[in-house]
Amino acid sequence: MTLLGEPLGFEFFRQGLIASGLTGALCGMLGVYIVLRRMSYIGHGLSHSVFGGAVVGYVLALNFYVAAGLWGFLSALAINATARRRRIGADAAIGIVTTASFAIGVALISKTRSFTRNFEAALFGNILGVTTLDLIVVGVVTFGVAAFIVLFYKRLLFMTFDPEVAPIYGVNVGAVDTLFALAMAATIVASINVVGVTLIAATLVIPSTSARLLTDSFGRMIGISTAIGALSGIVGMYVSYWLDVSSGATIVLLEAAVFVGCVLVTSVRRRRPAWVVQPIPALARERPADDFE
Amino acid sequence: MTATAVASPGVGPAGDALVRFERVSCGYDGPPVLRDVDLSIRRGAFIGIVGPSGAGKTTLLRAIVGVVPRVEGRITIDGRTVGRGPTAGVGWVPQLETVDWNFPATVREVVLMGRWAEHPWRAWATADDRRRVDGLLERLGIGGLAARHIRELSGGQQQRVFLARALIADPALLLLDEPTSGVDLKTRDDILHLLADLNGDGITIVLTTHELNTVAAHLPWVVCVNGGVVAEGDPDEIFTSAILGRTYGADLRVVRQDGLVLVADAAPHRLRDALRHRHGDLEHTHHEHAAHDHASDPHDPIAAPDHEHLP
Repeated sequence: MTLLGEPLGFEFFRQGLIASGLTGALCGMLGVYIVLRRMSYIGHGLSHSVFGGAVVGYVLALNFYVAAGLWGFLSALAINATARRRRIGADAAIGIVTTASFAIGVALISKTRSFTRNFEAALFGNILGVTTLDLIVVGVVTFGVAAFIVLFYKRLLFMTFDPEVAPIYGVNVGAVDTLFALAMAATIVASINVVGVTLIAATLVIPSTSARLLTDSFGRMIGISTAIGALSGIVGMYVSYWLDVSSGATIVLLEAAVFVGCVLVTSVRRRRPAWVVQPIPALARERPADDFE
Repeated sequence: MTATAVASPGVGPAGDALVRFERVSCGYDGPPVLRDVDLSIRRGAFIGIVGPSGAGKTTLLRAIVGVVPRVEGRITIDGRTVGRGPTAGVGWVPQLETVDWNFPATVREVVLMGRWAEHPWRAWATADDRRRVDGLLERLGIGGLAARHIRELSGGQQQRVFLARALIADPALLLLDEPTSGVDLKTRDDILHLLADLNGDGITIVLTTHELNTVAAHLPWVVCVNGGVVAEGDPDEIFTSAILGRTYGADLRVVRQDGLVLVADAAPHRLRDALRHRHGDLEHTHHEHAAHDHASDPHDPIAAPDHEHLP
């Protein structure tokens, strides 16, 4: 019990443990949609974009969460709007918006070298410095995103699976997309203190990709991904404490280990890792159902 | 473009119109895909829309459900003008080619998408939802597959899953985008018979297809489309070389025999003869070159009749 109990004697650890468990669950939950909508690169780009917003907010003496959150949300909307213009691909749009935003942050930092250290925390995470305000923000964002996913579950499932057909059945894709952009920006801002800008994309992508290997059901995939994220956050904090290694990196490495485990389990089960090896749809359709019994 | 309409009492879309296009031009960015469309789809009709790729077949279907961004003129369903937004009472079956078969979704999850508006804020399926899905799957001949992943089904079964998604909200109108493409002959026949049964239950059915002979053999009414409505009517009457030539811009021959209407390429032998001629020339040239090359190469076994250099 000492192994688990001793670190709990420290307030910084207790707060860090709650924050990392909640952000792990949050990223695991939202990551399912990000991965299935093939937006992994957006998650990566948005986190860098938010960094630019954080630096601008710091320079203008604005609250970190307000500045970074607003910047991230506007970046997500700008990416959506740019990608809708048919001449520009979504990947190029993300590259333009987010790297330009990140570059603003880097330029401002290089201009004012005195606060370089503050942004190391934003880049690589600073779980030891989690304040009560940070915990409240993480809690509120987790609750808000969970409520969004539950209330909009059917719409999100339909438009993730079939974005062309969902509007035909009455799903207001534009409005749900805007709310999703808001949820994504909020998730990234809330997670920055735990894993840092550079590693957020991993916490969004790895748990959901691992969950995909374990199930063919969308509902179960969300549950498994959330659980992998939360457990990796909690266990990662302990491992980080005992090995004295960066918490963000430990959490991501744990998630990567879970992914490798899932690949091995599915290989042993001789289940096709459908996500990784894409069958040719025409051939898959022609296969008689009995083959899968 | 002047449309040709051939009257066919009791079969065609005249009379009690469920869907009506009044001088409709519509499309996306750029010039309209369809121009000056006047079309009525009778309640209870079973209609095939044919035309070449890019002719506007799918756009015609999409216009009915109000998801084509630019529309001039008026489209009505049951007398109500179709706006940009949801259209009640319409089921849509997409092309199977557009479906992401690796998406983690079971048959039940896919079918229930068609019923999302029933309880839009509830994430979980109710007992009533489950009963309806099970009953519908049973009726469509795929009972017991609700928990299976969609990729695990055969082509015909997959088509029925998307039919079930369209039918679960009890639509009066069913729109299918190329439901017979990419499936074998038996599956195609099964699907068309299933659609005929649904039509018998009173559901109006409109489908797009590239298969003229299937349309001619099975459907009572057809609309030929190419940037507008070229002709509509009973395929026995409107499938003529002239109308199909105007629709496809190709030389097509229509053969009528024993009550069957068969559409065939009018001059396949021209291309075949040209290819034979070319390949004949190539073969001839190749033999000549080969003989020349072998003869000039002293190490080539074929060039040395006595194979003296071989062990």
